[in-house]
Amino acid sequence: MGEAAESKKSRGHHSWMREPGDHHQHQDEEEKTLELSLGLPGGGGGGGGGWRAACRDKGKLSVAAATATDSSLLSPGYSTLVSHSSQGKAKGSPGAAHLPATGNALASNNNSSQTRSPSTPVIGWPPVRSFRRNLATSSKTSLELQNGKKAPKAEEIKRAPFIKINMDGIPIGRKIDLNAFDSYEKLSLAVDRLFRGLLAAQQAPLAAEAKVCPQEVAISGLLDGTGKYTLVYEDYEGDRVLVGDVPWGMFVSSVKRLRVLKTSDLSSSVSTSFHLPSYMLNLLLSPPYSEIVDFLSSMQLIASGRKRTAAEC
Amino acid sequence: MGRGGSRATGAAAPPWHALPDEVWEHAFSFLPTAADRGAAAGACSSWLRAERRSRHHLAVANCYAAAPRDAIERFPAVRAAEVKGKPHFADFGLVPPAWGGAAAPWIAAAADGWPLLEELSFKRMVVTDECLEMIAASFRNFQVLRLVSCDGFSTAGLAAIAAGCRQLRELDLQENEIEDCSIHWLSLFPESFTSLVTLNFSCLDGEVNITVLERLVTRCRNLKTLKLNNAIPLDKLASLLQKAPQLVELGTGKFSADYHPDLFAKLEVAFGGCKSLRKLSGAWDAVPDYLPAFYCVCDGLTSLNLSYATVRGPELIKFISRCKNLQQLWVMDLIEDLGLAVVASSCSKLQELRVFPSDHFGLGVLTERGLVDVSASCPMLESVLYFCRRMTNEALITIAKNRPNFTCFRLCILEPHTPDYITQHPLDAGFSAIVESCKGLRRLSISGLLTDLVFRSIGAHADRLEMLSIAFAGNSDLGLNYILSGCKSLKKLEIRDCPFGDKPLLANAAKLETMRSLWMSSCLLTLGACRQLARKMPHLSVEIMNDPGWSCPLDSLPDESPVEKLYVYRTIAGPRSDTPSYVQIV
Repeated sequence: MGEAAESKKSRGHHSWMREPGDHHQHQDEEEKTLELSLGLPGGGGGGGGGWRAACRDKGKLSVAAATATDSSLLSPGYSTLVSHSSQGKAKGSPGAAHLPATGNALASNNNSSQTRSPSTPVIGWPPVRSFRRNLATSSKTSLELQNGKKAPKAEEIKRAPFIKINMDGIPIGRKIDLNAFDSYEKLSLAVDRLFRGLLAAQQAPLAAEAKVCPQEVAISGLLDGTGKYTLVYEDYEGDRVLVGDVPWGMFVSSVKRLRVLKTSDLSSSVSTSFHLPSYMLNLLLSPPYSEIVDFLSSMQLIASGRKRTAAEC
Repeated sequence: MGRGGSRATGAAAPPWHALPDEVWEHAFSFLPTAADRGAAAGACSSWLRAERRSRHHLAVANCYAAAPRDAIERFPAVRAAEVKGKPHFADFGLVPPAWGGAAAPWIAAAADGWPLLEELSFKRMVVTDECLEMIAASFRNFQVLRLVSCDGFSTAGLAAIAAGCRQLRELDLQENEIEDCSIHWLSLFPESFTSLVTLNFSCLDGEVNITVLERLVTRCRNLKTLKLNNAIPLDKLASLLQKAPQLVELGTGKFSADYHPDLFAKLEVAFGGCKSLRKLSGAWDAVPDYLPAFYCVCDGLTSLNLSYATVRGPELIKFISRCKNLQQLWVMDLIEDLGLAVVASSCSKLQELRVFPSDHFGLGVLTERGLVDVSASCPMLESVLYFCRRMTNEALITIAKNRPNFTCFRLCILEPHTPDYITQHPLDAGFSAIVESCKGLRRLSISGLLTDLVFRSIGAHADRLEMLSIAFAGNSDLGLNYILSGCKSLKKLEIRDCPFGDKPLLANAAKLETMRSLWMSSCLLTLGACRQLARKMPHLSVEIMNDPGWSCPLDSLPDESPVEKLYVYRTIAGPRSDTPSYVQIV
């Protein structure tokens, strides 16, 4: 029974803080790096626990160490970047030169201590009970389930039912119920439906007077920057952000109002996930940066900026 | 006290030292703490006899400090016993499974020697279903079972308790690992059973029969504490509350559902009926729309535990700001500095604050600012547990000046070795200010970039400190030496990942016998020093832990071999016999 409890705990550790898709991959990478790093110069400064004992034991490779029953070694659990500078601290000690388990051998692969990427896990740090981690995992999972999938009813995150949505060039706004959708695609279609008629009426006033049906054009490309209009939103902090970056559930809980802006107007008023001033955008137009830019824009991160600069040239 | 009594000759009353035991037993019943009773017992043999025979409550802080049989023999009249097992760092995964801490020997001994036992409490121990069956079968007056951070049992064991303990008043399960055998244990409380006052099954993973629960709650008119698990949906919560409006403490379980005005109204009415509600907890999954249903109870709340709740934002803050009588608040760092500023201005009676970390990779806006605000504005604040990403010496000095009445200060800066983020200096000055100012400090956890200097301050000033937790700190042996040669009241010391070696340990060996326990992991200890320590101090049990997959007899290893984990504790029971293969006692 103790074993079952432990493995349940470790499952909690594994999925803590991770997208459900990628933790297996990361874990495999971690295992591989663990095996490779065993003999690195600079001592076996490992993540504490059995891992270090195996390192110091005159190279005796204990597989058991790599698959420590203290399973949080392999599963990142809470991971903190441990700064490299601490490695010099150890005083002389008899026997193998082992360091306090600060700089992990893995840290040498990941010396960007400023990034928050999950690497160099330290066992049992921060000191939070595993029970607390497991429970927080389940609520984070429920957040992730929102992303375009059918979530079980009890776990859906609900917010105020209707929010305002305004479109450039149309004086009257609409209200939209985000709870009626479960994906960005459906939202985009709804926006199209809401404003298509209004847009047509706005752009062809003469046609309305002449009692001719105004030509309705579908509003498309709202999410990927390919259309004439782009969907942005304002969050609780007042920032304007492009729609589509975060999982659906997270978006629903942070959006305060929606706006449909002309794509050509975007550069001046929108903050994207990466802020790129124009001189940098120009730099990025030349190879090899342009390849990087193409990649990033294919991920909808700087789409609009790229297009605008291209037009300027 | 009769001044002239002892001088009077031929007086009718016997001299005070010849008073019968019953008088002393009655006198000792007024002593507030076990420590006082222990001191009294040490005065003379008649007091010893009187005290130990009348001791009803026994707290065994380390289950290996004495054998169960010794405890039973010494204190034959115990009615409530509390036993703790694994070291504290077991909570964070530093102790591999099967380490020990079995409750069975204690229960077996108690069944033999304390047949009138009414209360049992186990913390960080292994409690099996057989243990629970034995409890149900052995103590006809059994009333209170409290299990905290235990594992090893399942719902089958709970069924035994439900079926067998006719007088049960409290079943309190806190953060245990319980295996779900799909046994409807709740149904095993007989229909005639009405004595329940506390029912806490919040840590249980599986489903519970709601109808059975409702019937149980209805017939137990004295129910004061009810803590549900995640399986109970919101609408059932409303109907349960209506059956038990006398509740003082409520754990809501999972608090999330689609927003429906009818359900909202139902909850609002249900909470409106709970005039005695003082403590609230639960796993609230970000349903801001329902929070206003609680508004009617906010004013009466003294304790709010939202540490499993991912609710955030303005709704959370609005809710907490209405809880003007809050004494205890546990939240996640989702509350952010802004939320804590509101707490500071609204909750003037706050005594205990705990802020837990949520998502590490999120850019949470919880900084030192929040703690500074709360410590400035809450004059009764004395206990803090705070997880954050950055700290400054200045903030700590300000906090120390504002709140000299701290008894428990635990600060955890999430990344090890983080310096003062403005000056880049170590946080020595800040923590020194804390120990110098807070003369009544009993528990301290330090973190961030720290040199030996902070330990000099702690050793010199922290006279009342009983428990100290250190991680990723210090430069040299001096650090540990300062602690072990100072800190007069130190009982528990736990250290991980610090450059402390053999010398301070051996130099202060005698100190270890005045302490309950010492844990050192990932430091610079060698086997030789541990052997020496064990030879020098026969009343200490010196346990070494290797990694579980590799067990090699200690005798064969040389003195220079490094020791990964050391756990030392004083004991009158000699070396324990239930060590797993990876634990060796030198």
